[in-house]
Amino acid sequence: MTTATLPAGAAPASAARPRRRVLPGFHLTLGYTLFYLGLIVLIPLSALLFKTFTLTWPQFWEAVTGPRVMASYRLTFGASLIAALVNVVAGLLVAWVLVRYSFPGKKIVDALVDLPFALPTAVAGISLTALLAGNGWIGQYLEPLGIQLAFQPAGVVIALIFIGLPFVVRTVQPVLEDAEKELEEAAMCLGATRWQTFTKVIFPTIAPALLTGFAMAFARAVGEYGSVIFIAGNVPMVSEITPLIIIGKLEQYDYAGATAVATVMLGISFILLLVIDALQGWQRRRSGDLA
Amino acid sequence: MSIRTTESRPVRVLLIALALGFMALFLVMPLAAVFTEALRKGWDAYWEALKEPDAWSAIRLTLITAAVAVPLNLVFGVAAAWAVAKFDFKGKSFLITLIDLPFSVSPVVAGLIYVLVFGAQGWLGPWLAEHDIRIVFAVPGIILATIFVTFPFIARELIPLMQAQGNDEEQAAQVLGASGWQTFWYVTLPNIKWGLIYGVILCNARAMGEFGAVSVVSGHIRGQTNTMPLHVEILYNEYQSVAAFAVASLLALLALVTLAIKSVVEWQQSREREATASLPPEKPMARAVPGHATSPV
Repeated sequence: MTTATLPAGAAPASAARPRRRVLPGFHLTLGYTLFYLGLIVLIPLSALLFKTFTLTWPQFWEAVTGPRVMASYRLTFGASLIAALVNVVAGLLVAWVLVRYSFPGKKIVDALVDLPFALPTAVAGISLTALLAGNGWIGQYLEPLGIQLAFQPAGVVIALIFIGLPFVVRTVQPVLEDAEKELEEAAMCLGATRWQTFTKVIFPTIAPALLTGFAMAFARAVGEYGSVIFIAGNVPMVSEITPLIIIGKLEQYDYAGATAVATVMLGISFILLLVIDALQGWQRRRSGDLA
Repeated sequence: MSIRTTESRPVRVLLIALALGFMALFLVMPLAAVFTEALRKGWDAYWEALKEPDAWSAIRLTLITAAVAVPLNLVFGVAAAWAVAKFDFKGKSFLITLIDLPFSVSPVVAGLIYVLVFGAQGWLGPWLAEHDIRIVFAVPGIILATIFVTFPFIARELIPLMQAQGNDEEQAAQVLGASGWQTFWYVTLPNIKWGLIYGVILCNARAMGEFGAVSVVSGHIRGQTNTMPLHVEILYNEYQSVAAFAVASLLALLALVTLAIKSVVEWQQSREREATASLPPEKPMARAVPGHATSPV
């Protein structure tokens, strides 16, 4: 936190460094980076931790393990897990088709993959709800079959699949593009079937990227709010996600309770961030070995 | 017999059909639904919904927010990328992790932290109240929360790009007597131009579309602290479906424009890469990754 109080450019004197840097601007840019990072990210985030420390342990425990909160964890993590798994399968399929095959309109399809990154979450939320509601384009065919997706936990999963798709496609796609065709040719020469080649040669190459994409889609899904709340129905104990619990506590001026749940969410995000970092390191080493 | 490293035609067609079917269901239909719902009662109703003063003030606030947040994150992104990519120092990878942090924080938590700092019961709450300054439940809070959620976008785009390009060209410029600014303007900037544009449009799309974080700090005062996504929510909850989807359609258009610019930038980048690849291999250029594709918007 001390970094935030450093004025730009006032980093430790360069005399302490053995060798003169060739390019200018190191102290200025690093100083400004730390200052801005402290101001926007670190100080406000530390406010969350300080607020949490004003709670006693029993108060904290009660706030983060209440039955309604526990139900929200189950929904948030369960739905995120299912959505990320669906995204692994669908994302691999889309990435495979985009890299390996050619078909008309491929460039447009490729660009469209990023739609969930670019479309505001609230827009995605109301639009998916309109599609799946009883009178919607898709909902009207499901309703006679007794299937209702909107305003149910299933709706949460669908919104999270929408949000997470590009993560898997965009992490797997470059690895598939770089995968060496020679290895596949060798496998075929040695008599492997196409399916054996896929499971024994191609899949191990893309597995780290798939896992990274899974972790990214999962991390994003856990924190997602905008696209989910419209479609979820938000019934306590049934279809209420954890971020909504935080909002609910805030609206009742229960700042301490909101902060406690937010701290749990922040801790989980941080763990996921470290896991993703480690996975990306593994992926880089893996592709480094092959090159 | 030639070696076949692709699937048989029926399998290919089946896989393409499955992938396109999935994308049609999950991506194209929601997009199409926005526009059909917005025009359900015809163009007149559509225009009426957009001409409403509250809709206008929401559009204005969204534009102001992006106009402040994007340039600030642009300056930060360039500074951070310069420090991280051009120099070696202790704790560099930890710094990159910290820069990434806002990506993995839930938007709701992002909003909450500013309430804890600037809200009535927050750290600065009493001081701010004394001096009659409103940050939370007012425009400055909305801008701050937007800066937080879009914080890593431009830095994350530029760091790998500048790392791949190395320092050689900048060092040559220095040796030839260029000042630091000249080196940046005439050597570095042209090299990172496409990555920069890429980062800016993604940052802008998220800044204009952010919902969760802004929703926590906004206070939802109609005509004053409602951005476009918040206005969509209010209209939707009031069962004004056509009006909600009309405002949403503007945001969907923004998304389409963003995707179009992004595709053009990627195309330009790969063209420039091919141009450098066709040069004699005197200095093997590290392959610059076009638009670090995994950054979530």
